[in-house]
Amino acid sequence: MNKKKLLGTPYFIWSTLFILIPLGIVFYYGLTDESGAFTLNNVMAISSPGHAKSLWISLGLSLVSTLICLFLAYPLAMILCSGDHSLQTGFLSSKSNAAHKNIIVLIFILPMWMNFLLRTLAWQTLLEKTGVINNILAFLHLPALKIINTPYAIILGMVYNFLPFMVLPVYNSLIKIDPNVIHAARDLGANEFQVFTKITLPLTTPGIISGITMVFIPALTTFLISKLLGGGKILLIGNVIEEEFTQASNWHLGSGLSIVLMMFIIFNMVVSAVFDKDGKGGTL
Amino acid sequence: MNKILIDLKNINKSFDGQMVLDDLNLYIRENEFLTLLGPSGCGKTTTLRILGGFEMPDTGKVIFDGADITKLPPNKRQLNTVFQKYALFTHMTIAENIAFGLRIKNKSKSYIDDKIKYALKLVNLEGYEKRMPDSLSGGQQQRIAIARAIVNEPKVLLLDEPLGALDLKLRQDMQYELIRLKNELGITFIYVTHDQEEALTMSDTIVVMNQGYIQQIGTPEKIYNEPENAFIADFIGDSNIISSTMIEDKLVDILGTRFPCVDTGFGCNKPVDVVIRPEDVILSDPDRGRINGVVTHLIFKGVHYEMEVMAAGYEWLVHSTSMFPVGTKVGINVDPFNIQIMNKPASEDEEAVGINE
Repeated sequence: MNKKKLLGTPYFIWSTLFILIPLGIVFYYGLTDESGAFTLNNVMAISSPGHAKSLWISLGLSLVSTLICLFLAYPLAMILCSGDHSLQTGFLSSKSNAAHKNIIVLIFILPMWMNFLLRTLAWQTLLEKTGVINNILAFLHLPALKIINTPYAIILGMVYNFLPFMVLPVYNSLIKIDPNVIHAARDLGANEFQVFTKITLPLTTPGIISGITMVFIPALTTFLISKLLGGGKILLIGNVIEEEFTQASNWHLGSGLSIVLMMFIIFNMVVSAVFDKDGKGGTL
Repeated sequence: MNKILIDLKNINKSFDGQMVLDDLNLYIRENEFLTLLGPSGCGKTTTLRILGGFEMPDTGKVIFDGADITKLPPNKRQLNTVFQKYALFTHMTIAENIAFGLRIKNKSKSYIDDKIKYALKLVNLEGYEKRMPDSLSGGQQQRIAIARAIVNEPKVLLLDEPLGALDLKLRQDMQYELIRLKNELGITFIYVTHDQEEALTMSDTIVVMNQGYIQQIGTPEKIYNEPENAFIADFIGDSNIISSTMIEDKLVDILGTRFPCVDTGFGCNKPVDVVIRPEDVILSDPDRGRINGVVTHLIFKGVHYEMEVMAAGYEWLVHSTSMFPVGTKVGINVDPFNIQIMNKPASEDEEAVGINE
């Protein structure tokens, strides 16, 4: 065994104990019934109307959240980069510019200093029928906001929690673009819109794809956000699986549905791998 | 003389209160190979970026072919730029890179295909259409960058230290290549570099810049042989710059010894700087020159020997094809027309940048 392999030993033991073996157990439960005989029923259970509906809602809400994240993150990442680009043009940008940029980064990083659960609970308090926002609206004699326990609240929670995971890879791919490449395109006659569609966007595609993966997967599998902001009325596939384990104690069904969810995740990762052949979107 | 194509008038530019260009005036003729030469931070790149439209001057005008283009964005200008480190579009093939400008202008496919073929032939990279930029060497990428610019038939090609990232041999080859290209295309080249050898080799006109000021404009011969001040003399090639006194017309006192020279009009007993190129210092047997000295260093440089000679309290740099070993007593002589007299720097600004570059 060479040195490099030796250094990998702790992680190898870790991943065997806590990733590979649990994964094996999930597959065992998912593909057997109570008597221990092989069956596909747990996996096929996804096609039952209730489960299928949860899966579709999950896919739909995750997709919408991912797109909202993308549309919020891309301009933000561009602003963050524009400060840096003037640094590369040969003359140091003003200090105020750097400070300006730091404030944006701070605003964007700040929520991440709070616990995920806490953040989501805070939104629950804010959005409640008699919550902070509605109290203010009532005070201003404006109609109350009724989005708690609706899909909108879940989307809000997803976007709020996962937005940073979109900003980071997009920012990383933007910052790698040599400002002279942009100048070259301008020089060759492209207007700002053409520069964006023909140069910036294609060069940041790996970052976008990896951002989509990083937001879509946690959004697809979440059960906490839907539990807290959906009020138990909207069951995402994550909630269904959680209930099978914690309430129904049907580990077989829970594992079977997990396998289905895993297929979607693997599909997403394969798609992103195809788009990002050079590993340029590598983010974290 | 060709007509004036570009006229920069009273250009001022500062970044964060720091003056980069101070009342710059410069005109460029049609079909000229003009080089902006100077140390980093002298304002040469900023001048080029103002020409390209990537920077706006604080005050002053850019006149192009009679029209004021000061506020015109880069995509509306009839000039193209070859950038430092190539700046190729890495997500496109070579053909797509070259076609970029033409596609923006909605040229026909057959026109574009012809142009790609023509441009690749011009830069000696035929058959590279389908390759990706990353698979090319630095020199090849630079040629593609040039091809990408010239297919648009610009009136002026701006080149921003295009050879800076290449190794010495390739740089020399590319210098000849650029001269050939310029002659074949018959357009104006404006070239930015800090490499004096590059500037001397390729240019019709050299503009020496320092600290936002133009120090001298002239042909390579003129700049090399008749530098106007110590900064230029020092920046362009090696030289002996000696503080001296002009006794009268055609007679200068260098380190206590009188040398005949050819310059006039400096006045009597006036302090001046004298520039003597190392290859113009003639070594002879002791007492047969004007000053006696001792060889202190000797290096073989291939084409010539480089020696340092201590004489009259000054370390003379000498290039000669004959060799004098360290310790040899020698006489020093300089032909009158090889003594270049310059005024002492007038302002402290000029003084400050003087000879430490």
